[in-house]
Amino acid sequence: MSAPLTALHRCCQRSALLLVARRPWSSSSASPPPLHTRLLLYLAQRYYDVEMLMKWSSNLKKRGLQKKNAYYGYTQKFYGGDIAAAYFILSLKGRIRFLGQPAWLHADQSGKFNWDFLNHKDTPLEEVDLSYTVINYTGLGNLERQGSLRTLSLRGCPEVDDWFLGRLHIFQDSLEELDISHCPRITTGGLAALRNLKGLRRLDMSSLPGISSPGLVAILLEEMLPQCQITAIGYDHSLKQEEEEEKEGQVEAQR
Amino acid sequence: MSAWRRLHVLVRPALTCSRLTQQRTWLCCSLSTGAPLRNDFFKDLEAQLAAVRKKAADALPGSGWSPLEINPNLPPERADIVIVGGGVVGWSIAYWLKQRERIREGVKVIVVEKDPTYSQASTVLSAGGIRQQFSLPENIHLSLASADFMRNINEHLSVMNEDPVDLQFNQSGYLFLASEEVAHIMEENYSTQRQAGAKVSLLSPTQLKEKFPWINTDGVVLASYGLENEGWFDPWTLLNAFKRKAMSMGVIQCCGEVTGFKHTTIMVRTGDDEQVGIRRIQSVRVQMPNSLEYQPVECAIVVNAAGAHSGKLAEMLGMGFGAKDTFAGVPLPVEPRKRYVYVVHCPDGPGLDTPFLIDYSGVYFRREGLGGNYIAGMSPEEGEEPDISNLEVDHQFFEEKIWPSLAHRVPAFEKLKVSSAWAGFYDYNTFDQNGIIGIHPLINNMYFATGFSGHGLQHSPAVGRAVAELILDGNFKTLDLSNFGFKRILTQEPMLERNIV
Ligand SMILES: Cc1cc2nc3c(=O)[nH]c(=O)nc-3n(C[C@H](O)[C@H](O)[C@H](O)COP(=O)(O)OP(=O)(O)OC[C@H]3O[C@@H](n4cnc5c(N)ncnc54)[C@H](O)[C@@H]3O)c2cc1C
Repeated sequence: MSAPLTALHRCCQRSALLLVARRPWSSSSASPPPLHTRLLLYLAQRYYDVEMLMKWSSNLKKRGLQKKNAYYGYTQKFYGGDIAAAYFILSLKGRIRFLGQPAWLHADQSGKFNWDFLNHKDTPLEEVDLSYTVINYTGLGNLERQGSLRTLSLRGCPEVDDWFLGRLHIFQDSLEELDISHCPRITTGGLAALRNLKGLRRLDMSSLPGISSPGLVAILLEEMLPQCQITAIGYDHSLKQEEEEEKEGQVEAQR
Repeated sequence: MSAWRRLHVLVRPALTCSRLTQQRTWLCCSLSTGAPLRNDFFKDLEAQLAAVRKKAADALPGSGWSPLEINPNLPPERADIVIVGGGVVGWSIAYWLKQRERIREGVKVIVVEKDPTYSQASTVLSAGGIRQQFSLPENIHLSLASADFMRNINEHLSVMNEDPVDLQFNQSGYLFLASEEVAHIMEENYSTQRQAGAKVSLLSPTQLKEKFPWINTDGVVLASYGLENEGWFDPWTLLNAFKRKAMSMGVIQCCGEVTGFKHTTIMVRTGDDEQVGIRRIQSVRVQMPNSLEYQPVECAIVVNAAGAHSGKLAEMLGMGFGAKDTFAGVPLPVEPRKRYVYVVHCPDGPGLDTPFLIDYSGVYFRREGLGGNYIAGMSPEEGEEPDISNLEVDHQFFEEKIWPSLAHRVPAFEKLKVSSAWAGFYDYNTFDQNGIIGIHPLINNMYFATGFSGHGLQHSPAVGRAVAELILDGNFKTLDLSNFGFKRILTQEPMLERNIV
């Protein structure tokens, strides 16, 4: 008697969970994983060895990421925070420009770079281009004291997420240009944190797969950062035509 | 043909009447096609024989079969640790116990939850906020640790082959506003928070107006604003993530209500030559839902994570019924208190810019989604606590108490519309509104993790870890929460938050 009842109960419970767990503004990336990942997952489900191997390889990847984003405390102690930040970025194959210097410094294809940057002791960074690097939340700690940073590009960074955006307040007094386009892990919840960057003049938020109604979000961001020019291209607006038009209207009105 | 049928009846003594008649009609209508009929018949015969063999094997001694129906959802008869309450705190403890066990399958943990739809659980009825702006260093550290956990949630709670956890965390700071009388408290809290490592900033009314132009700063002399690790998230997702991970690690979920305990009492003599009874729980009585059936579960340790109802659970062990002025006379000071949350719609509201604002009048609000919705609430005065027998919402309360303050602070809210509302129970600690974590001196094997009074959700990851440490290691390892133990209640030394509201 009670068995079918509980089964029913469970069934209801599950559907209730499903219903409630998804909120309308949920923002998960829709695309399924590629074929080889799915195959591996399938195998892992059947064989403990494959599961072990997959765990092992993901741990290895994690450790690599940790190492690359380690805190450059030693450099900081001996050369100061600015050199440490520069060294960190160059090691990640990013590009930097020191305050008042015309030239950009960057590593070559093989990751080697000129050590001349050591001459710029106590010169803060003005522009940083970290596009397509693996910088993450922990790594950002190396830039903690860069109070003169004016532009920052994080285009296509796979590890930049909402928590990373939440930590950008460290540049709240100086940052004017920010490029977060093509970052797969950013969602609407993180964009709200950009409110702390009141000096922002330019924001590129194109092609973020994690936000579900980009037209609306762009409008809200414009409301929140009235001084800022927002670029949001690369979205399929077929369903959100109206919003888009509205947005364009707004942008024009501002100009 | 009739010979066949006899054979049929012979080998299938268990065949039911209806099956037999069916068989017969089937035989009649397909008489004309001889060959396929024979084929089907033998197939059928084989299947029936297999069923007979199985039944015979089942009936042999030593098999699990029994003529009585057994409820498959009954909890096991024995477990190492029984966690009462499958809210976020209970499941977090279950996860951490598994995470920290030294050998695989080292501890057998079951979580008993009376209502798997969570229709009344505080977890899913909460506002989902996390902040670091507390005044007690313990609470700040709990928040920092929990934020760290949430940031790396997929390293902790992802399950192979399943979707990663998306907490839908919204990165927006808490904004506390202080009036003249309480500004000094805010300043003190600010320095405690900075010392503990929280990223908080103080704002003057001018700065406040500059940062949040839509606020009316009348009456505000100081504001504190969280820069990082604050915001709100989806409580369901956190609860389900803990549950999914814990179950994948071997925790057993059981649906039923704990209605009693079997315990032994040992009388010991204290230094003052007083007789004190020390209890030890032997088994937990789990009542199955919608039936009279119950199952005693023998266990070594019980964790009381029953949220708002944990006081009732403690009463079952006689806590608070002893003589006055003795330890046994002190009840667990946790009771349900009803709190309302109102969802309002206001297209002209502050939008994406909205922090989790807490006014000195006690009113709070935050954004909900992107469609111009906000949720707001407030704790009633001590003498005006609403009736807790149901979860009905008092709309008058919004009109009279909340809306005026809300509209005063944010003039755009003059034109709001209440679109819905709900109520939930705080697991309210009447003694000092903080969590009670640890063991009771008179009950040898019951651990408490309750009484969080409005911040249990955000602290659940760190609290779960602390309780697991207490159980498996014997003391706190990462965060020292001994000040949140039972001792403060027995010695009447409250650990009060210095709130600005
Ligand atoms: C309106 C509101 C807003 C809130 N806002 C916030 C917020 O912004 N941030 C925050 O951190 N916290 C907030 N809270 C507080 C937070 O929700 C709670 O502190 C937290 O959820 C407590 O978790 P829990 O697991 O202890 O309790 P619960 O979620 O209540 O879980 C206890 C479970 O135990 C079960 N149970 C009880 N008795 C028995 C029994 N005898 N046998 C079996 N099962 C039993 C119940 O069914 C329940 O599911 C809020 C609470 C409310 C009501």
